Amino acid sequence: MSNINPDDLKALVCQHITDAQVDVHCYSGDDHFEMTVIAASFEGQSRVKRHQMVYNALGDNMRAAVHALALKTQTPTEASK
Amino acid sequence: MTDSVQSQIDSVIKGNDIVLFMKGTPQMPQCGFSQRVSAILAAHEVPYVSINILLDPAVREGIKIYSDWPTIPQLYVKQEFIGGCDIVSEMHENGELADVLKPFVKAA
Repeated sequence: MSNINPDDLKALVCQHITDAQVDVHCYSGDDHFEMTVIAASFEGQSRVKRHQMVYNALGDNMRAAVHALALKTQTPTEASK
Repeated sequence: MTDSVQSQIDSVIKGNDIVLFMKGTPQMPQCGFSQRVSAILAAHEVPYVSINILLDPAVREGIKIYSDWPTIPQLYVKQEFIGGCDIVSEMHENGELADVLKPFVKAA
């Protein structure tokens, strides 16, 4: 089982969603992650689309190293509420 | 492999108002996230079809391709992909889900 750490996940998301602010940590074992992504590029996108943007950034890691990912996506405006 | 699986998935989604793809069954969920979504649907008292993706590896992979979504559970309402556990939970908490499900609530 290939391990991945929260910093790797964060780097992947930032690479693909360049305006993203990412907060990620493990909450169980080494393959259950909790992630909040705040990005202006989420503006006008549905929740499904936003999550798909993050999943696409994580690529094959979603199939292998990441067992569970609790994901929250917000625009900067939503985050400041 | 995928063509027949994709059309099988497609016909289930098109043939039913509410479909939940999950690990296990509502009576015996095999994963906390699937359990959470089936409990939310139960709380809204809507009838739904549940598909246990653990029974068929082809469906398990097929639904991920169909929805372009890498995780289970996945909820469909009237052929629209609503989301996974995080989105369904968020919509449950902010009241959006009640609006989506309202037309399907069992008559008292």
